[in-house]
Amino acid sequence: MNNARARAEFEILKDKERCIECGLCERQCANGVYKKTEEGRWLIADEKCVNCQRCVEMCPTGALKVIKNRNTPRSDGNWSARAVREVYKQAETGGVLLSSMGNPSDTPTYFDRILINASQVTNPSIDPLREPMETRVYLGGKKGETKRDKDGALVTEEDGLRLEVPVLFSAMSYGSISYNAHAVLARAAQELGTYYNTGEGGLHRDFYKYGASTIVQVASGRFGVHKDYLEAGAAIEIKMGQGAKPGIGGHLPGEKIVGDIAATRMIPQGSDAISPAPHHDIYSIEDLRQLVDSLKEATEYKKPVFVKVAAVHNIAAIASGIARSGADVIVLDGWRGGTGAAPTRIRDNVGIPIELALAGVDSRLRAEGIRDRVSLIAGGSIRNSADVVKAIALGADAVYIGTAALIAMGCHMCRNCHSGKCNWGIATQNPELVSRLDINEGVRRLVGLVTAWKHEIEEIMGGMGINAIEALRGNRLMLRGLGLNSRELDILGIMHAGE
Amino acid sequence: MESKFYEGAVRIPSGCAISGFINRDGRLSDGGAIIRSIATMHDRSNGLGGGFAGYGIYPEYKDYYAVHMFYEDTFVKKQTEEFLDEHFDIINLSKIPVRKTPKIVDEPLIWRYFVKPLPTKLAESQLDEDEFVSRCAFRINTFMKGAYVFSCGKNMGAFKAVGYPEDVGEFYRLDEYAAYSWIAHGRYPTNTPGWWGGAHPFCLLDFAVVHNGEISSYDANRRNIEMYGYKCNLQTDTEVITYIFDYLVRKRGLTLREACKVIAAPFWEQIDRMPEKERREAEYLRRVYSGLLVTGPFSVILGYTGGLLAINDRLKLRGMVVAEKGNTTYIASEECAIRAIAPTVDRIYAPKGGEVVIAEVNR
Amino acid sequence: MEIYAKGIESRQLNEIIRGCKDDKIVIRGVNGQRFIACGLDKKDVTAVGTIGNGAGAYMQGGVLRVEGSAQDATGDTMNGGEIYVGGRCGDAAGYAMRGGGIFIKGDVGYRAGVHMKQYGEHKPVIVVGGTAGCFLGEYLAGGVIVVLNTENKENPVGEDMARGMHGGRIYVRGRVTVPLPVSVTARKAGSEDMLFIKPYLESFCVAFGGSIKELTSDEFTLILPAAGNPYKRLYVHN
Repeated sequence: MNNARARAEFEILKDKERCIECGLCERQCANGVYKKTEEGRWLIADEKCVNCQRCVEMCPTGALKVIKNRNTPRSDGNWSARAVREVYKQAETGGVLLSSMGNPSDTPTYFDRILINASQVTNPSIDPLREPMETRVYLGGKKGETKRDKDGALVTEEDGLRLEVPVLFSAMSYGSISYNAHAVLARAAQELGTYYNTGEGGLHRDFYKYGASTIVQVASGRFGVHKDYLEAGAAIEIKMGQGAKPGIGGHLPGEKIVGDIAATRMIPQGSDAISPAPHHDIYSIEDLRQLVDSLKEATEYKKPVFVKVAAVHNIAAIASGIARSGADVIVLDGWRGGTGAAPTRIRDNVGIPIELALAGVDSRLRAEGIRDRVSLIAGGSIRNSADVVKAIALGADAVYIGTAALIAMGCHMCRNCHSGKCNWGIATQNPELVSRLDINEGVRRLVGLVTAWKHEIEEIMGGMGINAIEALRGNRLMLRGLGLNSRELDILGIMHAGE
Repeated sequence: MESKFYEGAVRIPSGCAISGFINRDGRLSDGGAIIRSIATMHDRSNGLGGGFAGYGIYPEYKDYYAVHMFYEDTFVKKQTEEFLDEHFDIINLSKIPVRKTPKIVDEPLIWRYFVKPLPTKLAESQLDEDEFVSRCAFRINTFMKGAYVFSCGKNMGAFKAVGYPEDVGEFYRLDEYAAYSWIAHGRYPTNTPGWWGGAHPFCLLDFAVVHNGEISSYDANRRNIEMYGYKCNLQTDTEVITYIFDYLVRKRGLTLREACKVIAAPFWEQIDRMPEKERREAEYLRRVYSGLLVTGPFSVILGYTGGLLAINDRLKLRGMVVAEKGNTTYIASEECAIRAIAPTVDRIYAPKGGEVVIAEVNR
Repeated sequence: MEIYAKGIESRQLNEIIRGCKDDKIVIRGVNGQRFIACGLDKKDVTAVGTIGNGAGAYMQGGVLRVEGSAQDATGDTMNGGEIYVGGRCGDAAGYAMRGGGIFIKGDVGYRAGVHMKQYGEHKPVIVVGGTAGCFLGEYLAGGVIVVLNTENKENPVGEDMARGMHGGRIYVRGRVTVPLPVSVTARKAGSEDMLFIKPYLESFCVAFGGSIKELTSDEFTLILPAAGNPYKRLYVHN
C-alpha cells in the first residue's frame, strides 16, 4: 500500500552502455532522484522524479530517458490513475492537494474550435512583410467630451499605456519565481515595448529602472506596497482574483521568505506571506471604486489602474461594475490560467473558460455602451499567436501571457513550482538553481517568442486584409466556430463554419 | 431568392462604381450629367443596384425633412403613415414620380413626405430635431417590416433601385430635378438580394454616402458604433461608414477632416514623424476612436448640405480621381466618368490614400 | 493655511492639500470627503468634522489629526506618520498597514489592523481608546495593536479576533473573554511587555488626555502567535 515507487508517474531509463558515470545527473537533480552508493551502484528514486527533463538534457551522452511509468496499476475510464493516486495522497497525509501551473485537463479548449477568416477576391489580403501592418495598442485613457482650446484645436490627452505588440507578461511575484526570471521579464518587456507585471510580491530595488515597462500589482496582502512602489510603475493593477484560484487567497510559506524576497515584500525573513482571500477593504463594488480612487489619489491621477478578476459565472455583470468603478483596464483571467500554487480542486473546478468569459464581457459592455470606457486584457492559457488573434477578435485589446513566457525562458512544464525546487532556475529561490537561468539567454528567447508571435499575428491579419490591430478588435465576423453548439456560438457571438 | 439572404439577414460583399460633382458657386444642374457620368462605368456594376442623391432639389420645402419611403404593401404604408402622423407635422406627401421602363421591375410603393417634428413630441423626447428624426427613421427601419426610410435629409433626396444606375436615373426622372451637387452609385454585389433598400447611396439625415470596396474592419466598426444608438440593419459597409460620420461629426463634434483622421487614420509610423501638435492630435483621434478605424479597401464620397467629401482608405486600395473645372469639382472611381461630362478640366489628380478632399459651396 | 471644505469634492480638496506649500493645514467643515492626506509625506493636517473613507491611505509621514470621527479604511496600507482620531473610527482601519501609528480616542469598528505587518524599522501600531469590533488583527503579521477600553465596557474586543494571526502583538486592557484561535496564545502582560507599549500609550495620552499610570494599573492581556507554521500541514504536494 505504501510503495510510492510502484505508483510513480514516471520511470527513468538509464542506458548503461552510454553512461560514463560522470554523476552530472545527480548534481543537476534538485529532487534527489539519483544517488550513487558507495559501491558505485545507482539508486534511482522514480517516485521523486517530476519529469522536468533537466537530467535528460544535461546528460552529455544521452544516456537518460524519462518515460511514463510502464507499471500501470489498475485504472479505468472513470477512476483514472491520477484520481486514484490523489486519493492515496490525501488518505496518507490528510492534506489539501496543492498543484502548480494551469488546469491540465483535456476538456476541449474553445480557442481550438474557432477558425479564422481570410480574404479572397472581394477584398485584398495584405502582405505584412512589405506593407505597413500595425500591432500597436493603447490601454486605458477615457473617451471624454470633445474639448477644444481657444483656437479650436482639439484638447488631447496623453495618459494610458502604449504597447508595440498586444501581449503583456502577466503577474508572477518575486518569490513565486526567481530574481533571474523577473530580470528576464523586465528586460524583455522593455526591449519589446510592452509591460511585465510584478505580481504581489513587491518590486526589487534593482528593477526600479525598468519602471516604465512595469505594472505594479496591489493584492490583498499589500506586500511591498508603498508610495514609491506605486509611483515606480507605468500602471497599477489591483488583483481581485486569479483564474487558477478564483476566490482563494495566496500563501507563500515562511521558508520561502528569505533574503531579498523578504526585503522586497517588506516582511521579516521566515514570516508567512498570506494574501487574504478578499481585500478586506473591498466587500462590495462601491468599495472597489474606493480602492481605485485611493490609488489614483496617491499617484495624483497619473497612473492607469487595472483591475484583474478571475473569470467566474457572473463575470459580465462584474466587469460592467468594474468599468463603472473608474478602472481603466479590466483583466480577465480564465479557468485555465497558471499559478505557482493553488489547491488542485479549486484550480480544476472553479471558474469558466476565458473564451466564453471574454466574449460575454465584451458583449455586455457593448450592450451597455461602455466598452470604450475600458480596455480589456484576456489571460488564462494563451498558448500561441492564433490564440492572441482569436482573443482580440472576440473583443480583447491585448492578452497576458505567463506560462508561455516561462516556457520560453526554459520551463519544461513539470508542474512543480510549489516545491521550490525548479531545476531550470525559474520557480525557485535556491541560489544555485537560480543561477541556471541565464538572464541574457532568457531575454533573447522571450524576445524571440514574442517577436515571432508578432510576425504571425501580422501574417494572419494581413490574410484578413486588416492592417491595424484595432480593426481586428471585436471583429467577430472574422471568426467561425467548429463543432460548437448553437448556445456556445451564441455566447461567443460567432457563426458556425459554413455559415 | 429566400429572404434569409437579403441585406440585413446576411452580409453581402459588394464592388462598385461611384461618381459625384458639386458646383461650388451654387449653380444648379439637372440629373442628366450625373447619369451620363456613372453610365460610363457600366462594367463596374452588375445591374443589382444603382442610386443617386441630389442636394438643393427641394428649395420650396427646404426647412422640412424630406422623407423618402419604400413600402412593400399598402398595409405597412398605412401603419407607417400613422406613425409619421403621430410624430410629425406632414405638410406634403406624394408618390415619387417615376417613368416606367422595362429595365426596372418589381418596384415597391415609393413615397415622399415633407415633415417637421411635432413640437409637443419633440419637447417630450428632450432631443434636438435631427436626433428625433434619426431615431424615428431607426424605429421604422428596425420595427416596421416592409417599410424602409431611404432618405430623410433637408433639401436633399436619394433615389435608388435594383438595376443599372443609368436606368435607375431614368426611372426616377432625375432630369426633372436640379441640384448643386450630385452623387451616384453603381453596385456589384456578390449575390442577388433584389431588394431596393439595399441599393446605395445610404442616407441618414443630410448625409448620403456612396462607397466602393469591401472593408475588413466591418464587424469591429459595427459593434463599436452600435454602442451609440445606431442599428446596422443592412449589414453593409456604406451603412456603417455613414453612421461613423454621423456619430463623429454630429454627436462628438469633430470636424469632417478630424473624422477622416479617425476613419482613415495615418499609420503610427507617419504619426510618430509629425510635428508635435499635429502628432498629438492624430494620436488622440486614433486612440480615442480606435474602434472606428476603417481598414480594407474603400473609396467614399460623402454628400452633405453644401458640400462633398471624398476619401480613400489609407493604403489606397480603390481607385479615385478628382478634377476641377471652373467652379465645379468632380470625383469618380475612374477618370472616364469625369471626362464623360467634363472633357476638358483645369486640374485632375488622384488623391493619396487617406487624403481628404472637401469641396463646398462658397458662402 | 485654513481651508473651508464644505461643498468641495474629494479630488479637488486633495489637490488643494497637495498643492499647499504650508506645513500646517487646517481643514474645517469636512464631511465625508475621501482620501484626505492620502500618501501624505510630511505635512501636519488637521481635519475638523467627519473625515471620509480612506483617510491617510498610503501615508508616508506627517500627521493627520481628525477632530471628529473617521469612517472606513482609515490608514489603509499606511507606511509611516501618525493619524489621531478624536472620535470613533469605522471599519477596516489600518488594513495591511506597515508603519506609522493610528490613535483612536473612541471605538473602532470591525476588522481593525487586519493584515498589519512589520518590516525593519517599520513597526505599525494601532491604539484604540474605546473598544474594537470583531476580527481585530485578522492575519496579523507584525506590529502592535492596543485596545484600552477606557470606558470599561463589558467587552473590549469582538468575536473572532486574531484569526490567522502569525506575527505581531495584541494588547487588551482587561480580560479577553472571547474565544481565541488555536494559532495564538494569550497571557497576562508582564512588566517588560508593558514597557514595550509605553511610548504608544504616552502618545495616546498626550493626544487625548488620561494618565498612563492609571491605564497601566490594570491588567493587560497579551496575545501572541503560537510557534510553528500552522498552515504547513494543511497541504500535500500534488
